[in-house]
Amino acid sequence: MTSLILKNLTLPNGSGADIEIEKGRITKIGSVSGSGIDCAGLQALPGFVDAHTHLREPGFEASETILSGSRSAAAGGYTAVMAMANTSPVTDTAEVADFILDAGVRAGFVEVKPIGSVTKGLQGAELSDIQGLSESRSKVRMFSDDGVCVFDEDLMRQALVAVKAFNGVIAQHAQDPTMTVGAQMNAGALAAELGMAGWPAEAEESIIKRDAELAEQTGSRLHICHLTTAGAVEVVRWAKARGINITAEVTPHHLLLTEELVRGYDSVYKVNPPLRRLEDTLALREALLDGTIDVLGTDHAPHSREKKECEWQNAAFGMVGLEHAASVLQEVLIQSGASWERFANVLSVKPAQIAGLEHQGQLSVGSIANIALIDPTAKRVIERQTNSKSVNNPFAGITLPGRIVHTIFKGRFTLKNTQIQEQQ
Amino acid sequence: MQKRVVLDSPDIDRALKRIAHEILEANEGPQDLVLLGIPTRGKYLAERINFLLGQIDPGYQANCGVLDITMYRDDATNAERRIQTTSIPECGITDKVVVLVDDVLYSGRTVRAALDAITDFGRPRQVKLAVLVDRGHRELPIRPDFVGKNLPTAKTERVRVLLNQTDGQDQVVIG
Amino acid sequence: MRHLTSIRELTKDAAISLLDNAQQLSQVNDREVKKLPALRGKTVVNLFFENSTRTRISFEVAAKRLSADVINFSADSSSVSKGESLKDTAQTLEALGADAIVIRHPLSGAPKLLAEQDWISASVINAGDGSHEHPTQALLDALTIRQGFGLSQDLSGLKVLIVGDILHSRVARSNILLLNLLGATVTVAGPRTLIPVGIEQMGTTVNSSFEDALSAKPDVVMMLRVQKERMQGEFFSSTAAYSKAWSLEGDRLAMVGQDALILHPGPMNRGFEISSEAADDPRSQVLRQVSNGVAVRMAVLYRCLSGEQL
Repeated sequence: MTSLILKNLTLPNGSGADIEIEKGRITKIGSVSGSGIDCAGLQALPGFVDAHTHLREPGFEASETILSGSRSAAAGGYTAVMAMANTSPVTDTAEVADFILDAGVRAGFVEVKPIGSVTKGLQGAELSDIQGLSESRSKVRMFSDDGVCVFDEDLMRQALVAVKAFNGVIAQHAQDPTMTVGAQMNAGALAAELGMAGWPAEAEESIIKRDAELAEQTGSRLHICHLTTAGAVEVVRWAKARGINITAEVTPHHLLLTEELVRGYDSVYKVNPPLRRLEDTLALREALLDGTIDVLGTDHAPHSREKKECEWQNAAFGMVGLEHAASVLQEVLIQSGASWERFANVLSVKPAQIAGLEHQGQLSVGSIANIALIDPTAKRVIERQTNSKSVNNPFAGITLPGRIVHTIFKGRFTLKNTQIQEQQ
Repeated sequence: MQKRVVLDSPDIDRALKRIAHEILEANEGPQDLVLLGIPTRGKYLAERINFLLGQIDPGYQANCGVLDITMYRDDATNAERRIQTTSIPECGITDKVVVLVDDVLYSGRTVRAALDAITDFGRPRQVKLAVLVDRGHRELPIRPDFVGKNLPTAKTERVRVLLNQTDGQDQVVIG
Repeated sequence: MRHLTSIRELTKDAAISLLDNAQQLSQVNDREVKKLPALRGKTVVNLFFENSTRTRISFEVAAKRLSADVINFSADSSSVSKGESLKDTAQTLEALGADAIVIRHPLSGAPKLLAEQDWISASVINAGDGSHEHPTQALLDALTIRQGFGLSQDLSGLKVLIVGDILHSRVARSNILLLNLLGATVTVAGPRTLIPVGIEQMGTTVNSSFEDALSAKPDVVMMLRVQKERMQGEFFSSTAAYSKAWSLEGDRLAMVGQDALILHPGPMNRGFEISSEAADDPRSQVLRQVSNGVAVRMAVLYRCLSGEQL
């Protein structure tokens, strides 16, 4: 097998270099002789890692499959995605986890790693087989009931204790269900005007506070999914200052979109947790810049048309995000003066660490060649249709910077010159 | 296009006076006459003819009203259309001789609408039409009974009637 | 103006122009021939997902006075109860020739959605959606107030008090928006649990005492219809307790200024949120509201369907 050489790219630290790849690994970074693919003007980054993806398979294949979701991920520069557990059946057993793992390998576009559910059937009553999941072929390290909150405090404590044995992590969907009965959107003046039940910020903040204290007591790793409020940022900041083992995530849509979009009752903007006020968006951006928020997680949540083309209240929560995450992050981070190294940390290095993915988040000699190459000078108007099976795309029509030109997964081009590359 | 004054204030006075005389002549007197002006400017022209009729023939019972035809139009336009008050004189219009009054007669569609509107208020013995300007280009088989001035125009031209009551001066302008 | 789903879609000029037209159209009621040919050949569908005989009839009379054909389509007697989507229902109605869809829906936002998605090209008129808006009710209230005070333009300088269950009231929301647009000052009063957090930002002050609010001498007291079943448990201890604190009766009626107007969107719960004494008081505008309802809906239908753009 001949080597693959990427010429004249820019490394995260800003220096120019060539990269040589052999047998799926990076064999040289620097000046490489011989001809290769010209990457002049392209920013090389370790392949992106999404700690929060809903691939919908098994159970909801009309919305997405592991294959279609993997393609969408590759088109977005990803080389690994963490598949959320709210499938049908729920990923609460080794069988389901391994099914997802194998389907991901067959798809071959990204590393698909299953997330186990915290509770059986996401019912919030009884822990799932956490140990069994951790010892399965999938070696599940991340557990989450995302979509619903692990509300029972004792159950949450047990879960934190259970994952500690193998340095696992609980990813919490922070939402006090008693404060959000029938909630449709952010609570406040706009919800009052639009005549819909609101989702108070306290419902998110109170759970984060509680869980941070549980993490402190147990010494376990806690990851907070999709932060959305200025208050939640404050809680995480406080917890980090106390030395609690907590990491926090923000989604592309909560960085860019606000509740004002709800005015037209177009359910493409219906998402859990809801779009918030501009003040919250600004606080999230600041927290991402100062490191209070660790990672960008897409919460890519495809839904078939019939689940979205209906009255707001009858529509499903969620929006797609895999193919625009990097552009949103460029808009928020790079255009605020942050470095590409920080960008790589947020979108690749840190999520790989949190999820326990050993072969992701690295761009160094000897590591598996998982690489994303961005044209940072590009500008594009986002189209509604992506590689996802679903079109619940809230970014449609928005102009964003940057374009993913190549994605390389284990030394293979999954995206080349912006075109998806099917497996041979 | 060059603007041109085709009737000035004395011309308009003369024209209205002549119309008033012709109305009385055609009706063989002032009996049973009801004037209905079509807003906006037809309303003021009707009031002026009404006043002149009283001056010419003291036996004339002033019966002058307003007929808004907005809701009877058959042409949808994008213009802002404000519905005006319709006021029919106390005596009603049944068995009367109704004289419709408008400023400019053009396609005839306004008059058609007015004829429909009249039907909803009663059954006149006769309906006649008085206009200050007839500019031609009829789209319907309608002709005026009393005309202030026949004005040959091109379809592209615009005829504007200015009146003291609405515009601060009496003038008919083409251009 | 192709649709009317929220008062937010109106400018002040557009609102006043609608009221002016409604004022003119209200005279049709006094004519022998109570019909105008303006919408001849047009088809108006009343698409009601929620029962409301009054509103439906009002729209029906309005459409018929303008010579439109009217089709009544109620959700419980249709395929909607079999799970047909709003989109399919609307497209079906349009295929049947609907030029305007007058929609009443229990969920906030359904009319807005129908107007803004590319599902249909018919006009959409909101006849009340969930606890969001009821714009034609607010317009008829504004017309009634304008007539009551002999005004011909806006309502600047007037103080309007809206009383009752603000939380669930689409009438209150549309009125707050429209009255503000027309320059009036709005206060809402009701039990704290029935006033949505943040409502002030729509342009109203909040008072949690009826007496206190009345002592500010409002020019208009607008009582809301209260759903009795909602006044129990979660929001209020009992219906009797609600009535005691929030009914317009006795001493409270005496506090209402002699020149003030009393409005109620109907149907009234006599003896509950409003006493018979107040309902039949000369200051009560309830019947005028009903007849103005037809005029306002004629003006709205005419404006939406006559091809005019505002």
